[in-house]
Amino acid sequence: MIAVKNLQKNYGKLEILKGIDLEIHKGEVVVVIGPSGSGKSTFLRCLNLLEQPTGGEITFEGQSITSKKHDINITREKMGMVFQQFNLFPHKTVLQNITLAPIKVKKQQQAEADKFAMELLKTVGLEDKKDAYPAQLSGGQKQRIAIARALAMQPHVMLFDEPTSALDPEMVGEVLEVMKKLAEDGMTMVIVTHEMGFAREVGDRILFMDGGVIVEQGTPAQVFGNPQHVRTQDFLSKVL
Amino acid sequence: MDITLFKMAYDYRDFFLTGLQYTLLLAVLGVFFGFILGIIISLLRMSKWGVLRFLATAWVEFLRGTPMLVQLFLIHYGLATFGIEFTPIQSGAITLSINSSAYLAEIFRAGIQGVDRGQMEAARSLGMKQGMTMRHIILPQALKSVLPAIGNEFITIIKESSIISFIGVTDLMFQARTVTTISYDGMTPLVIIAFMYFVLTFTLSKILGRLERRLNTDDRR
Repeated sequence: MIAVKNLQKNYGKLEILKGIDLEIHKGEVVVVIGPSGSGKSTFLRCLNLLEQPTGGEITFEGQSITSKKHDINITREKMGMVFQQFNLFPHKTVLQNITLAPIKVKKQQQAEADKFAMELLKTVGLEDKKDAYPAQLSGGQKQRIAIARALAMQPHVMLFDEPTSALDPEMVGEVLEVMKKLAEDGMTMVIVTHEMGFAREVGDRILFMDGGVIVEQGTPAQVFGNPQHVRTQDFLSKVL
Repeated sequence: MDITLFKMAYDYRDFFLTGLQYTLLLAVLGVFFGFILGIIISLLRMSKWGVLRFLATAWVEFLRGTPMLVQLFLIHYGLATFGIEFTPIQSGAITLSINSSAYLAEIFRAGIQGVDRGQMEAARSLGMKQGMTMRHIILPQALKSVLPAIGNEFITIIKESSIISFIGVTDLMFQARTVTTISYDGMTPLVIIAFMYFVLTFTLSKILGRLERRLNTDDRR
């Protein structure tokens, strides 16, 4: 579904990504772990071109999205993204946050968009908050709305950039629960996270990144149970 | 003195009301076109094209760096030598608009750059195009945060509009001098129009204050 070939990203002389090769299949849940500064977030943000790669190629559903002719907006409709800082639109209500893009981008009718939004709100357990503004929500609620907002575009893949890192500990669970449900429903997901328990439980494949490369990858059992690389062992011994 | 004040205000009410009419007309035109132009200029200043950025910056620097009176004369008398002639009202409206556009552009730019980067990213990640994101996500938040500064600029426009009396627009300032010429009273007409200007600006600042409070109910952060 997504194929990444020799992906590179530099900021001036600083090399963040030093050649990433990866294939992500439909329905797969790929969890990216690694120390801060290893390039995990940059990698994720390259997948929908929020960061413009300096080299390499990314294809999504058979189309090269890194080619100059490609209109990235069309691809982004099919790639949902959830951010560490939620990034809800503070001047819009919860319902408006969710329906804005479907109405403006997909040209859905208001009623149709509202109906689907209410279904999504039900899924994330926040129907009663439809008329609230983001400032009136807790962190965990905000993130669940952000997930609903991304899902409203009916994406083929969901990207999660440390979705629980900005949350108070007691709110992490409710967000992970929603993500788990999503994974069980067969959504293709790429998740950057520090939640090792979640990675082990929900991930089909774990990528360990360090220094701008994928050091090691495999099933959770392989990576967590029997890490091959010294750097992986070192990292896991610190976080587990 | 106080008796003369009211008597004069009443006796010459037609003069003052005409003046008020033109001052208001010019201020409204200046605010309206200055606002639209200001948004355009601020977007150009953040364009990815160097030429556009340069032109917009030059526009802002020139208009901020030269007296508005000079700008007014350049437009009204200077352009006339090239065969481009405007009526006094047109010249006044153009001068006020472009002059305030420079200040407003800087205010908007500060506001737009003050909106969290994540807002742009979130909207773009949903497939919204740049322009769409600006209109629905960035500008509403930017405008809200710079509303007090915009209000200041509007008040400035109302006051500065008095210079258009120089080219013969019968605004409040012009009418005050007319009344002085008729009545030989140099003081009272000025006090009257000072009061009228104040009522205009004070009302505006109250309206903006109310608008600000209303917008703030959205997101108490």
